[in-house]
Amino acid sequence: MHDQAERAGTAEPLTGAAIRFDGLGVSFPVAGGGSYPAVAPTDLEVGGHEFVAVVGPTGCGKSTLLNVAAGLLAPSTGRTFIFGAPLAGINRFAGYLFQQDAVMPWKTARDNVAIALEVAGVPRSEALERAQVWLKRVGLSAFGDRYPHTLSGGQRKRVGLAQVLIRDPKILLMDEPFGPLDAQTRQIMGNLLLRLWAGDRKAVLFITHDLEEAIALSDRVVVMSAGPEARIIGDYAIDLDRPRDASEVRLVPRFHELHKAIWDRLRAEVLKAYGEEVG
Amino acid sequence: MSRTGLLLLQVLVGVVAVAIWHIGATVPIGGYFFLPKFFFSTPVDVALRIWELFAEGTAKIATCTEPIDLTRLLSISAPCFGRTVWQHLLFTLIEGLLAFVIGAVAGVLIGFWLARHPLLSAVFDPYIKMLNALPRVVLAPIFLLWLGLGIWSKVALGFTLVFFIVFFNVYQGVKEVSPTILANARMLGMNERQLFHHVYWPSALSWMFSSLHTSVGFAIIGAVVGEYLGSAAGLGYMIQQAEGTFDTTGVFAGMVILAVFVLIIDWFVTLAEKRLLVWQPPSAAGQG
Repeated sequence: MHDQAERAGTAEPLTGAAIRFDGLGVSFPVAGGGSYPAVAPTDLEVGGHEFVAVVGPTGCGKSTLLNVAAGLLAPSTGRTFIFGAPLAGINRFAGYLFQQDAVMPWKTARDNVAIALEVAGVPRSEALERAQVWLKRVGLSAFGDRYPHTLSGGQRKRVGLAQVLIRDPKILLMDEPFGPLDAQTRQIMGNLLLRLWAGDRKAVLFITHDLEEAIALSDRVVVMSAGPEARIIGDYAIDLDRPRDASEVRLVPRFHELHKAIWDRLRAEVLKAYGEEVG
Repeated sequence: MSRTGLLLLQVLVGVVAVAIWHIGATVPIGGYFFLPKFFFSTPVDVALRIWELFAEGTAKIATCTEPIDLTRLLSISAPCFGRTVWQHLLFTLIEGLLAFVIGAVAGVLIGFWLARHPLLSAVFDPYIKMLNALPRVVLAPIFLLWLGLGIWSKVALGFTLVFFIVFFNVYQGVKEVSPTILANARMLGMNERQLFHHVYWPSALSWMFSSLHTSVGFAIIGAVVGEYLGSAAGLGYMIQQAEGTFDTTGVFAGMVILAVFVLIIDWFVTLAEKRLLVWQPPSAAGQG
């Protein structure tokens, strides 16, 4: 594949888990002294071609884990290994799809996608050509000249997806990427993601608060407890057949069994998170 | 509201205002003019004066026998062009433009620099606030003393106005880059130089452009106030000369010319803005 030539680190063979958290804990300083222990020391592994979804109540530190894996946030304790090597600075193997709009509003959709290659030294004309190919893949071939404010929320997410995937990262980090979208658009985006992912099955760490979405998309669902000192309290293999359709898979009996099993574990934590907010 | 309907209403407001002015100045009500000519002139006189000024200036240039020396356009003793209304306009225009360009460039550079160096910005913060709090008019005599009666004392005055507007906007623009866009750009592998080029710079420029109307307006204000306080040419000088002889008609004529002049410049600014901020949603563009 053409894109593969640009892969970061093709020279060295990649071994081991794509992401491994080793006793990783994060606490944030609090105004007035002291610190808030957001995530208790946690171990987690994401395999080289594994799609792992993390679910948990709001404010449980799911996004914190993701920012650590991206190298945007330094953990307070423990270490992160990316393909066996300790992570220092920005994670060059990873592409990050943010919850909020992250495309540059001053660039057109095509320029936004092309810039991801240009910063790596690809000549502009070639970058623009390949950006057009990716815009087509995410269903935006006619929207290349549009500025982000003229696109819908779902279309902006597609631009973001193309921007991340054009670099062909080995690891995809996704922070409730479809959270702000309406239910129909979420399922369409879920299918788009599954279709693109099926090509080379990158390692994915997918954060969501939507359990159905998590089961529909992933190979494994990890459940986190309510914060403070959030930790992993459940790890479920999702043995649904692939390729899947993100909407139709919800009708399969096995989906409901899995959903019930995980939700039983999750519910207590969600109630705890609410209880603390209310009380 | 349709475009023509709006235009009609706008014209109506102007017509009513002028009519009130005209009646107040020419029709005695109970034997008393409530807008006496001596203090308010009349719209007809003002219009005639403006016509005379431009007719005279244009005629002087049109009937000129000598070739106009472009290098002496800003010399008040230039043959044909010197001391015409056109030269006064040119003075104000050039002073305003220089003040804007120099002030904007300095504001962008220093705003950027301080925004990227929090320590420096913390050190300079009280001084910048202090300088900005100073009413600029009190600086005018100092600039006259330092730079003389020529255009540079006016440029300096305009500069002190433009610089702070652009500076604060660019500073804010760099500081308030969306953290998500910044994190995303980092994840895309941008180094510091690329972040500057693709993220900080466009963000800062958008803030600067959003203050374009204000800063261009202030550049002109600086020029006119400077001329008013001491010069030999320019619209401010024209108005000041008329005031010196209680020539109310001349003062109002100068003010009308100045207002139309600023409107035309503002129109050009709007054009530039539309081209440069094409990526912004319409509600956000064109304010400030």
